[in-house]
Amino acid sequence: MSHTKGIKPMSESYKDHDPDAGHAENEQHIVSPKVYFIIFLSLLLGTLLTIGASYLEMGPWNPVVAIAIAVVKATLVVLFFMHIKYSSKLMKLTVGAGLFTFMVLVGMSLADYISRAWGQW
Amino acid sequence: MSDSHAVAAANAGHIAGQIGEHSDGHEDHPAYLRHHFVSLEQQNETASFGMWLFLLTEIMFFGGLFTAYLIYRNWYYPAFVAGSHTLNIFEGSLNTLVLISSSFTMAMGVWCAETKRQKGLVWSLIATLILGLGFLGIKADEYHEKYVLHHIPGSTFSSQGFIHPSEEALKSGEKPLAADMAAKTEVYFSLYFAMTGMHALHMIIGIVLLCGMLWKATRGAYMDGNISFVENFGLYWHFVDIVWIFLFPLLYLISRHQ
Repeated sequence: MSHTKGIKPMSESYKDHDPDAGHAENEQHIVSPKVYFIIFLSLLLGTLLTIGASYLEMGPWNPVVAIAIAVVKATLVVLFFMHIKYSSKLMKLTVGAGLFTFMVLVGMSLADYISRAWGQW
Repeated sequence: MSDSHAVAAANAGHIAGQIGEHSDGHEDHPAYLRHHFVSLEQQNETASFGMWLFLLTEIMFFGGLFTAYLIYRNWYYPAFVAGSHTLNIFEGSLNTLVLISSSFTMAMGVWCAETKRQKGLVWSLIATLILGLGFLGIKADEYHEKYVLHHIPGSTFSSQGFIHPSEEALKSGEKPLAADMAAKTEVYFSLYFAMTGMHALHMIIGIVLLCGMLWKATRGAYMDGNISFVENFGLYWHFVDIVWIFLFPLLYLISRHQ
């Protein structure tokens, strides 16, 4: 990159875009063991909650509660164990866009099955 | 002389300085920094970005299985509830504990690599390996129970246990199913084996990679800051954990009370 930059007129903005300067969001962030341990305990707590919730009679809400707890646990894993909380905007956007596409695909499939025999369940 | 030439000439000194610095030898950057990357941060981010794209395709893959499971569960609800009741909730919970712990030890392994602690890295990877193997062992025991009960889909499959539940099962509130609905428990077990089997395959692939990484780590690898492999393996391992975080409640728990 820096080799081709010289062809363009030198300007003040060039300095702002110096690739060697480094951007704060790109710098390696080391997550501390303390954070990992808190997340580990939270995941254990979530597991206990979801097992406990499965023994309560909540009718159609049983699966909803189970999936909600699983989503919270997965979010903790993605943000902290997988470092997305400390990653660049590019990574956050990529993961977010992927999950959004996933939700659209699953959502539309399920919407089709729910609406096809509407009222006949 | 055109303007652009003039600018080029004016910049010549600057460019020469840059190229000179770069070709002087490689004192200014570690040997593992590839020349087409501007910085180590960029190289690491590129590797993680690629890993995440792969994991997103994996999410789509497992997502298809989850969607199939939810739709079939809606269609053959009594069969899916009865099938789910045969799973061992204790072994399922234990496996969740084992896998979450292995994710934690792997995260600690990444931290040890980042802070250049060789012993810590080796022990974290050993712990992750043992927990991973423990998970597969418990899973194998569950599969064996399915084999004994003739709950493996195929020619040996039998739905008799759902048509005529045992005395013990009847006492605990299990209701006998009609023969045609009982036959649909085979669909439940097909999805059960497809989903947990694909998950276990990912675990096996992970364990193979983990063994290679552990062998290298004992010989002093990853202590020079070149830890891209450790980090991206960590992403893979945590992803496998996330799949189980969804598999466990959907297969074992949500039909528990019905």
